[in-house]
Amino acid sequence: MEMNVTRRTVLRAGSLGALSALIATGVLKPTAAYAAEWNKAAFEAHDTASALKGLGAAAPADHKDLILKVPDIAENGAVVPVDVVSNIPNTSSIAILVDKNPSPLSASFDFSNGALAEVSARLKLGQTSMVKAVAKADGKFYTAQKEVKVTVGGCGG
Amino acid sequence: MKYRIAVLAALTAAWTGPVLAQAKDPTIAGIEKYREMLGDDNPAELYEARGEQLWKKKAGPKNASLEQCDLGLGPGVVKGAYVQTPRYYADADRVMDMETRINWCRMNLQGVSEADIRKRPFGSADKPSEIEDLLTYVVTASKGMKMNVPTDHPKEREAFQLGQAVFHMRAGPYDFSCATCHGEDNLRIRLQELPNLTKAEDAKRAYVGWPAYRVSTSRVHTMQWRINDCFRQQRLPEPRYMSEAVNAVITYMAQTGNGAEYKGPALKR
Amino acid sequence: MADPMKIRAQLKGDIAEIRVLMGHAMETGQRKDAAGKAIPPHFIQSMTVEVGGKKVVDGQIGTSVSRNPVFGFKVKGAKVGDKVVVSWVDNKGDKRTDQVAVA
Repeated sequence: MEMNVTRRTVLRAGSLGALSALIATGVLKPTAAYAAEWNKAAFEAHDTASALKGLGAAAPADHKDLILKVPDIAENGAVVPVDVVSNIPNTSSIAILVDKNPSPLSASFDFSNGALAEVSARLKLGQTSMVKAVAKADGKFYTAQKEVKVTVGGCGG
Repeated sequence: MKYRIAVLAALTAAWTGPVLAQAKDPTIAGIEKYREMLGDDNPAELYEARGEQLWKKKAGPKNASLEQCDLGLGPGVVKGAYVQTPRYYADADRVMDMETRINWCRMNLQGVSEADIRKRPFGSADKPSEIEDLLTYVVTASKGMKMNVPTDHPKEREAFQLGQAVFHMRAGPYDFSCATCHGEDNLRIRLQELPNLTKAEDAKRAYVGWPAYRVSTSRVHTMQWRINDCFRQQRLPEPRYMSEAVNAVITYMAQTGNGAEYKGPALKR
Repeated sequence: MADPMKIRAQLKGDIAEIRVLMGHAMETGQRKDAAGKAIPPHFIQSMTVEVGGKKVVDGQIGTSVSRNPVFGFKVKGAKVGDKVVVSWVDNKGDKRTDQVAVA
């Protein structure tokens, strides 16, 4: 077997046996088989500008075909539902950021092999904040944003 | 006393107009959109899966599973059992809610001691209790079925009356009762609308959502926990777990709201 | 060991709607325990979704995803019976893979 095999070729080969062989021979770390290296610089950034820089998306432009759906008010900040749909042609990835969180970048997703450029997730919001979606299409970055007000609940329910 | 009046004034002040005007309130509309967006994906399903395993696993000093537990519809019948509780169980000669009944089976079939059952009935987000898992499994098997709580047995009627009395009993440093918050129409605390549990319509809506996964605490809360929490908020001593009084309050609420479709375990704020 | 995921994959037309529920604490590292000691971060860092043997989603995740995460995706061209495989790995190296067939 070739020893300079890249992660992508391994995934294309798609054979579990070949994959375990590579893990066993130490060519691949077990986590490497799952996904690309976690983007530490982007996820550990403490403000949105640095997080965007970490994503390589320094100045994304607003785009009306990037649709961000969030509630105007969250009854509890621990779980805030967020839906993002990109109708921008050739969208290959979507990231979601929460401006006021200690680490604004919440998640980023790359889509391939028929996956539509859309995702729904549930995020923690420490306080009322702008939520941003950032989409990458044909190498360019686009954004949409909306504010979510976080309230404190009473008793009951 | 001053505090109580202030709270009551706040509760009353929160009510600003007829239902139609309230529906247009952007805050209420926003909260409704939030709840709608949360959708059906409920982490309670993780409890349900663990509960099913626990149900089938041999455990306790008698090394038995709970599969022969009689939840009211015969040994081993789980589906539909929840919507017929609380009920009178002849073998125990008392009215029990489902949580109490499952624990009864753990004691009698598995030989788990009552002390062990009482040790940690309410878990945490990091470490849910076994009864929270088991109960979530049992109630989920009745999802979509109509609440059909039996009311014919004299002890079931007695439990209803006792529960009604406890519900309206004013006590504690602030002279509160359950009915202070849940005995009138259209009250709310901050953004939470409070159901009037003395009325069939509201009791129906409220009862069928419990047990519930609360996003604020990231865990499933049982109905016994919920009632205890009401007593805590009334500044009353915490009732004994599975006590006759708590079972009676649950029976009162269940019978008042009988007939609605069971929708739990719900996902709540 | 981590709880098994709950995965739903429902075909609507030629699009598979995939919903995933993961059991995970998603600790941010910002909270303190009762003794005032900081609780170390513990969170899922990456996840993938494969449909019919092909990777469709490659996700990276931070601490601000809610406890017990829920994600939804849509995949065009899927068929009933296609295997949907979801995997995650957290910052401590714990991982989990579960699968379901498109219904």
